Amino acid sequence: MNYHWNWGIFFEPNPMGTGTYLDMLLSGLVLTIKTALLAWVIALIFGSIVGVMRTLPSRGAYWFGFCWVEFFRNMPLLVQLFLWFFVLPELLPKAAGLWLKQLPNAPFWTAAIGVGLFMSARVAVQLQAGISSLPRGQKMAATALGLTTVQGYRYVLLPMAFRIILPPLTSEFLNTIKNTAVAITIGLIELTGQARSMQEFSFQVFEAFTAATILYLLVNAVVVTAMRFLERYVAIPGYITGK
Amino acid sequence: MLGSFDFDVIRRSLPYLFYEGMTFTLTLTALAALGGLIFGTAIALMRLSGYKTLGRIAGLYVDFMRSLPLVLVIFWFYFLVPYIGQWLTGASRPISVGAFASSLITFIMFEAAYFSEIMRAGIQSISRGQPAAASALGLSYAQTMRYVVLPQAFRNMLPVLLTQTIVLFQDTSLVYVLSIPDFLGAASKVAQRDGRLVEMYLFAAVVYFTISCIASFGVRRLQSRIAIIR
Repeated sequence: MNYHWNWGIFFEPNPMGTGTYLDMLLSGLVLTIKTALLAWVIALIFGSIVGVMRTLPSRGAYWFGFCWVEFFRNMPLLVQLFLWFFVLPELLPKAAGLWLKQLPNAPFWTAAIGVGLFMSARVAVQLQAGISSLPRGQKMAATALGLTTVQGYRYVLLPMAFRIILPPLTSEFLNTIKNTAVAITIGLIELTGQARSMQEFSFQVFEAFTAATILYLLVNAVVVTAMRFLERYVAIPGYITGK
Repeated sequence: MLGSFDFDVIRRSLPYLFYEGMTFTLTLTALAALGGLIFGTAIALMRLSGYKTLGRIAGLYVDFMRSLPLVLVIFWFYFLVPYIGQWLTGASRPISVGAFASSLITFIMFEAAYFSEIMRAGIQSISRGQPAAASALGLSYAQTMRYVVLPQAFRNMLPVLLTQTIVLFQDTSLVYVLSIPDFLGAASKVAQRDGRLVEMYLFAAVVYFTISCIASFGVRRLQSRIAIIR
């Protein structure tokens, strides 16, 4: 292989004048984490609402949930980001569209919201499966105790359902982190984006991508470990999810 | 606003979008699914083979691929494949690989990790009596897998495999980062040439949505039919 290896490249100054190449990658990592966290919060909020709606007896709520999930699941994430980023500002009234286009950090907000909504459909499906895996008696007992529907979900169903779906939620969170890389297409310079621009500036392709790969693996390991702690922390003794 | 919506730009670019773009997308999806299934089954068999080292290598590969974003993997292979080609053929300089070959290799290697997990679950869902009966009949390990275990595993997992293929179909749009004219790439080229982002991206969204919806509806029907037979 006549590739010119240069592992010292990470400590050479980058052409943007923001420190070394390593600093560049790390700033990308920070942006990846920020975007992923915001997207995950959005995914959890909307996913929980839609997931609960899909289990309610109301037909309207069920249909809304059904449409929500089908809408966000049947389009590539890349196309969804393009819709939010390029199409939405044009369809809004002029003033609002202009405001959207001039928003500072537009790629960041678009990416976080776009990935968040995309993932919310998956969270909703998981939560729905979690709630319907609970014995029917739980809901009945809540009603018999005089709890309203909201209270029943808040105190009886959701605490158990979320514990049950914690392991699949972990992989959905990992997917959220990975999916932020798609935002490179709307100009978000996150970790993959920084590795790409490092490759363009320095021509050290494989060093740049190796570093990005290692950073992704590290983030993965941290998330998996943290979630395992969380699982143990919230486990209820006597249940399958507990020990 | 919708008042200035130009349907004509869609109509004019339809041949290009479908003959070039959609053909690329569908060919890539089909070949990558086939290749991913073959490699994925091989990986699954490695993991279940009982040889510790072999199983561990396969497990590492799967975990590794599954913790990386597809976009990064696409870039990796785009730059790596020429060097691998050079190494394999003993050429003096990195060989140039076409956009299609490069993305096909990427998707086969990436999807193999996901397909292998599905096939592993499928193989493990076969009751122990089946391979036991096969070896009682005098079938070798290869024959047991070929005639008894894999056909059933494949059949049981068909809906999941097809769902993964729909995900793959959507994911092929990511070759956009290499400026390859797949369906989305083609739409985006027209969009930028004619300054018609709204029309082209909306149209692309509708097409992807329709195809995925019909396909997942089909999978759901297939699933219920298989469920009745069993």
